[in-house]
Amino acid sequence: MLAKQIYDVVIVGSGPGGVAAAIEAKKAGADDVLIIERDTELGGILLQCIHNGFGLELLKEDLPGPGYAQHFIEEMLSLHVEVLLNTMVMDITPQRHLFLSSKEHGYVEIEARSIVLAMGCRERTRAQIRIPGYRPNGIYTAGTAQRWVNVEGYMPGKEVVILGSGDIGMIMARRLTFEGAHVERVLEIQSYLSGLSRNLVQCLQDYDIPLQLNHTIKRILGKNRVEAIEAVQVDEKWNFVPGTEEIIPCDTLLLSVGLIPENELSRKAGVKLDPITSGPYVDETFQTNVPGIFAAGNVVHVYDLVDWVSEAGFSAGKSAAKYAIALRNAEARYTPLVAGKNVRYVVPHKLDKSTLEAEDVRLQMRVTRPIEQPVWVEVHDGENLITRKAERYVRPGEMVTVVLKTKNYADVAKASKLTIDINPR
Amino acid sequence: MAEEVNFICTACPQGCALTVLMENGEVLGVTGNSCKKGLDYANAETSDPRRMVATTVKIRNGFHPLLPVYTERPVPKPMIPQVLAEIRKVELEAPVVMKTVVLENVLGTGINVLASRSMPAKK
Repeated sequence: MLAKQIYDVVIVGSGPGGVAAAIEAKKAGADDVLIIERDTELGGILLQCIHNGFGLELLKEDLPGPGYAQHFIEEMLSLHVEVLLNTMVMDITPQRHLFLSSKEHGYVEIEARSIVLAMGCRERTRAQIRIPGYRPNGIYTAGTAQRWVNVEGYMPGKEVVILGSGDIGMIMARRLTFEGAHVERVLEIQSYLSGLSRNLVQCLQDYDIPLQLNHTIKRILGKNRVEAIEAVQVDEKWNFVPGTEEIIPCDTLLLSVGLIPENELSRKAGVKLDPITSGPYVDETFQTNVPGIFAAGNVVHVYDLVDWVSEAGFSAGKSAAKYAIALRNAEARYTPLVAGKNVRYVVPHKLDKSTLEAEDVRLQMRVTRPIEQPVWVEVHDGENLITRKAERYVRPGEMVTVVLKTKNYADVAKASKLTIDINPR
Repeated sequence: MAEEVNFICTACPQGCALTVLMENGEVLGVTGNSCKKGLDYANAETSDPRRMVATTVKIRNGFHPLLPVYTERPVPKPMIPQVLAEIRKVELEAPVVMKTVVLENVLGTGINVLASRSMPAKK
């Protein structure tokens, strides 16, 4: 079972943004921090990014993705952040209730004083760039191929064409070459590279993989399996240039055509999204338009350096902790009033202690069953009696009243809750 | 005769376009760099180009079937195919701890190959 029903900070997603947020939330004084991950282990997409180049800014070390992830995961676990794996967040309300689903815990509702959205982003697919043709086997996003080759141990194919010069596409061109595939070329519809220049050098040029700018795919050939693609040059308005078509035989087409922040949950929580970034509008503390809901990392806008994602996570985690602590302090002003023995309910449900310092407070309640003998209506803090009132009898049809006096303030101020019991005299 | 060579610095993600003035294999001057790393890179790239190599090895009884590994320092670029072939021969048994040396002094380069992450045993 989960350790708590109410958490100070709940973080959705355990990639670099989420893990950084958890670390900083703890350091900033949040007590109960929970991180929720839908995969079988912590780390997010970094686990499949086995190439080097991570951590140069933040750790002054050239680490592969899994190593960078593990560095921060270990720090997070040493701070006693609670972890929930294999768990999908189904819904988030603007009041910061989260609905979770997992095989282990079933369907669970929890509450958070603040939330950090760190769901990252996902890849654009074929459907989003509308390539005509059949739908044969052999067309994957670059990230899917990356997961297969680097984590699960499968090769997507032998003769590869890559559409799009995003970083993951170029990195996969090199990776597939390492594993014995032949990467025929990389096509880019724009007149410039969409990823980092260093990846053009160390992923494509080092291995003589050609990059063709101003080129795209006109159609995909093959019915059951990709057999070839038809490449074509485009003009500055992305119109096909007639006569430039070229059939390139291949069995695999990888798409590296952009990333989209994953914000289905944000939308459900009432978070407003920027149509340009596809991520939430945030202030300098990474708070969204919904109070207490923060967002960090690729869910806000797509970064090219993981170090900066971690930095954004640190800021969001710190802000989320600050919000949660302020809320917890506000809640501490109140003492809950609990219906105890023979009491069905009490109104008010909670009491602002400072009110009692200035004036008497009347509590009203109904009993669960008639008691036709003299009784005490007792208000206690779990151990000590604070006040009591005698009644000759109590009946459900007749409301019972007891008054807390200003002189009770000192006792009430110490109590974490007040319980009202009705006992025979 | 001095000649100009142009390439992109890969020392960091900034990717500066370097222009290197060369004569008889000697670097006379570098322009286009934003920091000292660029100078070092230009010298290395024109005499002994090197790259970090990251790949995977088989791991028995692991949480995943593959363990990602990387060279602790950049290896000479022309050696990359042989380095990959050597690393491919490695087969490990889970559990393995991050930064464990999985292959020592690969091909006499003095460079070790390290585990990129810890890999717990299959549950």
